[in-house]
Amino acid sequence: MNALVEINQLRTVLHTGAEPIRAVDGLSLKINPGETFALLGESGCGKSMTALSIMRLLPDAGEIVSGHVDINGTDLLRLPELAMRTIRGKRISMIFQEPMLSLNPVMTIAEQIAEVLKQHLQLSDQAIQNRIVELLEQVGIPDAERRMHEYPFQFSGGMKQRAMIAMALAGEPELLIADEPTTALDVTIQAQVLDLLRQLQHRKQMAILLITHDLGVVAEMAQQVGVMYAGEIVESAAREDFFNQPRHPYSQQLFASLPEKNKRNQALAVIHGTVPSLAQTFTGCRFANRCPKVMSLCHQTIPQWHLVKENHQVRCHLYDDSIQRTANAETAIVTHSDNAEKEQKILPNVTDSPLLQVTDLQVHFPIRKGLFKRTVGHVRAVDGVSLQISAGKTLALVGESGCGKTTIGKSILQLIPPTSGGVRFKNQELTKLNRSQLHKIRAQFQIIFQDPYSSLNPRMRIREILQEGMNALRVNDQSDTHLEQETDALLQRVGLPVEVKWRFPHEFSGGQRQRIAIARALAVNPELLVCDEPTSALDVSVQAQILNLLKSLQDHLGIAFLFITHNIAVVEYLADEVAVMYLGRIVERGLVDEIMETPKHPYTQALLSSVPRIKPEREQHIIRLQGDLPSPAAPPSGCHFHPRCPKAMPICRESYPTSNAFSNTHTTHCFLYSQESLS
Amino acid sequence: MFFDPVILWTDALIYLFVTMVLIGVGYVRRHPHLLASWERVGHSASGMASLTVLLFFLLIGLLDTVHFRPALEQTHSNGEINYSADVLSVLDVLVTPLRLQVEKTYSAPLATHLYAKETIELPDGQQTRSFARLLYGGAHLKNPETEHTADIVTRAIRGAAYGLAIWCIFLVALTTTLSYRNQLSFKQTFTRIWQRTTEIPWYAILMTLLILSLLVGSVSALIGYYHVLGTDKVGQDVLYQSLKSIRVALVIGTLTTLIMLPFALLLGIMAGYFRGWIDDVIQYLYTTLNSIPSVLLIAAAVLMMQVYIETHPEIFDTTAARADLRLLFLCIILGITSWTGLCRLLRGEAMKLRELEYIQAAHAFGVSHWRIITRHILPNVMHLVLIATVMDFSSLVLAEAVLSYVGVGVDPSMISFGTMINAARLEMAREPMVWWALLSAFIFMLALVLSANLFADAVQHALDPRTRTLKQRHVKHRSEKNHLLATSKIDNQAKSTNSL
Repeated sequence: MNALVEINQLRTVLHTGAEPIRAVDGLSLKINPGETFALLGESGCGKSMTALSIMRLLPDAGEIVSGHVDINGTDLLRLPELAMRTIRGKRISMIFQEPMLSLNPVMTIAEQIAEVLKQHLQLSDQAIQNRIVELLEQVGIPDAERRMHEYPFQFSGGMKQRAMIAMALAGEPELLIADEPTTALDVTIQAQVLDLLRQLQHRKQMAILLITHDLGVVAEMAQQVGVMYAGEIVESAAREDFFNQPRHPYSQQLFASLPEKNKRNQALAVIHGTVPSLAQTFTGCRFANRCPKVMSLCHQTIPQWHLVKENHQVRCHLYDDSIQRTANAETAIVTHSDNAEKEQKILPNVTDSPLLQVTDLQVHFPIRKGLFKRTVGHVRAVDGVSLQISAGKTLALVGESGCGKTTIGKSILQLIPPTSGGVRFKNQELTKLNRSQLHKIRAQFQIIFQDPYSSLNPRMRIREILQEGMNALRVNDQSDTHLEQETDALLQRVGLPVEVKWRFPHEFSGGQRQRIAIARALAVNPELLVCDEPTSALDVSVQAQILNLLKSLQDHLGIAFLFITHNIAVVEYLADEVAVMYLGRIVERGLVDEIMETPKHPYTQALLSSVPRIKPEREQHIIRLQGDLPSPAAPPSGCHFHPRCPKAMPICRESYPTSNAFSNTHTTHCFLYSQESLS
Repeated sequence: MFFDPVILWTDALIYLFVTMVLIGVGYVRRHPHLLASWERVGHSASGMASLTVLLFFLLIGLLDTVHFRPALEQTHSNGEINYSADVLSVLDVLVTPLRLQVEKTYSAPLATHLYAKETIELPDGQQTRSFARLLYGGAHLKNPETEHTADIVTRAIRGAAYGLAIWCIFLVALTTTLSYRNQLSFKQTFTRIWQRTTEIPWYAILMTLLILSLLVGSVSALIGYYHVLGTDKVGQDVLYQSLKSIRVALVIGTLTTLIMLPFALLLGIMAGYFRGWIDDVIQYLYTTLNSIPSVLLIAAAVLMMQVYIETHPEIFDTTAARADLRLLFLCIILGITSWTGLCRLLRGEAMKLRELEYIQAAHAFGVSHWRIITRHILPNVMHLVLIATVMDFSSLVLAEAVLSYVGVGVDPSMISFGTMINAARLEMAREPMVWWALLSAFIFMLALVLSANLFADAVQHALDPRTRTLKQRHVKHRSEKNHLLATSKIDNQAKSTNSL
């Protein structure tokens, strides 16, 4: 088959400093019509720069130095800018990561799509309107004729991304570039969007260049995979070959650092170091400094492409037959890193009463309207949640964004005052305490946030950040030398050198910042740590480091975690118990095995089945949920899930189901099972 | 005693302000990490060049702040010394020729004749209408038509040569000090300065100083003989007026800002941070204040003040004291009416910051509200405060001009840019046009405000830890640039998502 897109030796540099940064350095790839090529890699590897180079939309500092980008025989890099405008949106379209930022908030959806149509197609006004309706229906927006005249803020996240896709498809492009199209979306919405992309591709025989860091998405979508590292592709293969046997050590490490259920009792593999600076000229393999199978040759000679199989090539010396190798390339890579030492788990002193007991917690935010700010309703962010955590255990709170997970975490710490219900921590009712009483026991529970970039004050040095909590809560005697020693010990505990305490947060990478945030929480010796999506902003390999750290902290210090996440793989790896949340309520809870193996609630089943799996172990039917999460200000009557539930019954509309127990630990709220027990 | 020192209200406040700045400098010097940040201000070429200009203005302002009453020559019979009713400043004494050489009316810059024709009585008793010779400007010339230009050029060049000489002395002194401090030879230091490899951009400072000293040198050589910037309607030297206006501008700029800042900072951050009823009260307060036309409010306040001054003449022993109190009052009333803009800005910023996770983390540690405000929020809004105050500085100087126009500005006896511009406004309509008064006010204000702006930019840049290391690393660790680029990109992303 003739390739639709052929990129040859593309080189893009960024002139931001004294020396140019080679963001894309000799990248070649081919995409056939109707095929999806996935460009996989960690952040900072030049994936997005590749996409922007193809579109010729580089920032001012960027420059394409050499190479060809041929689309059906037209070399894009040789076209004048005027001709490029007829290509963009017509022959090549792009979808961006953040649907909230890529739509203009002051234009209706129809106006924005019409802009594209007017630019590329000569259509009458009526034809344009018809085409918009057709496009929106195509991407599955219900009631398209009415909704096209709405503004972006009236659309939910998933709908916005659909509208973006409709806009990208308006010119019927031959190539669609999707830059992390589902990273900002929830798993159930992600499944919808990926489905949609697949269908559209099938119908239009469109080629897709999918840029992602998520191996699961690659496994679901791609036919061809290219692994990108430090500006170049290091491995290129068909999907099956790649997932059966990744060849490049970097790809292998990526797989090894993924959290999985069967790695539960061991530390995850970690890629040490960071992506090297692209301003330097490489004399050897770019991965050499981080590679577990590095040879002396790797530092001296730049590896060339080696064909290991038809359509599967690797840029690695290990596969060079002319080189006598000592190591056998086929051996599985070391799954244990240095901090995987097996140690006797310190068993926390198990007492009868749980460490934390939350009963019927409600957090309602009033909606105010009018001149006198009358309360006209409530957003029921958390609506009657009960859970408990034993000392030294991990409870994972799973759910889509907007279901109230973070609000629970914050109201347990009394950062948001609960509307009603109880939070009992070690036999003390937190909701009844006043500010000074609460202050005395604050040291025992702490929180880690999702975004390591906004969780550290940019104007304070690490030392002050760490000592703030110690000073405020007076956990130690206040002598200065002791404080300094304590700070040093904390930094060492989270694996950072002591000298960093004199530096400012922006000098650290995301993973390092997250370590600092963890150290800050540990500074006051907490017994409960609320982790609010601590790894969702991080790359896979960095995520592995943080998960290892959390796990070893639990083993050594006996800290209990309330782990708030939407990442099911992390849950399988880390959690002891799981609670699944939907619209402010917990719909199912149980031990991690119970939930993962035998999910009972239809929502849990749908959630688990939507997670893109790397290896489809179980041939299970993927349950696609329709629609989006309803607004917590006006939750549906009866069971909150019934409008989206594939197994909804009439009774579901009328009242909220009571709890059904399957074992001592496993309960769910669903009428499916109460009927069973009745009959 | 030959003089009686006088400390006016604004003088006292200026001395207080200078003392506070000196204490602040001392505090920074004792804390290495603060010192390191401020030293980076010293590494910015534009910052240091503008600081040089700014210091020049400050010097003039401070010289004009030291007030006294000179002793009169005739003494009382009982031996008591009588002091003049005029309050002079050190600057007045330094530029005595400018102050005393008053012409009859308008004359153009460097002119020898008046700007308008008038009837002159000739020695023989006849009358003629022509341009009369000036009393002082070019009075030493016998034949102005032929000697005028040459005289000016020679004097200016001679003055510039003096300026150059002083600059050279400074250069030598600086190089010697630097080489002594850095243990280098004189020549090494000298080449380092000229190749611009010194840490502090001495080259930029020296170039600014060179321009300044050439200007000052040639102007001061001319002032005894000409009116360099012309004269105004009553024949007063415009250069003298411009120099005197600098202090008023600085006083209005700094004192007003100092009065307004506590309101804006405290109320703005409190409103944004606490929300709830505190926010409501503060919002109503500033919305109400904002919707009253500020000119009206200021006019009412100033007129009240004026009435008070006129009914209590016994409190003020000199006209300067009266004018000064009025200036102080003007600063206070301007400060009270102008905090709303910055307050609103800070409220919005504090509302954004309070949701950030580091503030939430501080809450989780039970850090007190006051500490969160001072340690977490205040440093993160300082860049806004700095920019807003410098921007306000220029608008305050202009506000003074507008108020003087309405008649509620500074005392008519006080020279300020406002009164200068007001007077010039009428002259612009004349034919031939009198342009120099307005132009001088414009140039002086431009230089002052521009250098303040550039300096504030440099300070803000140096004190922000993010931009600071970016720049520093570009020079020092070129290899790490890429990594930084990546992080800054993520930073921006994080920022943009936060602002949503």
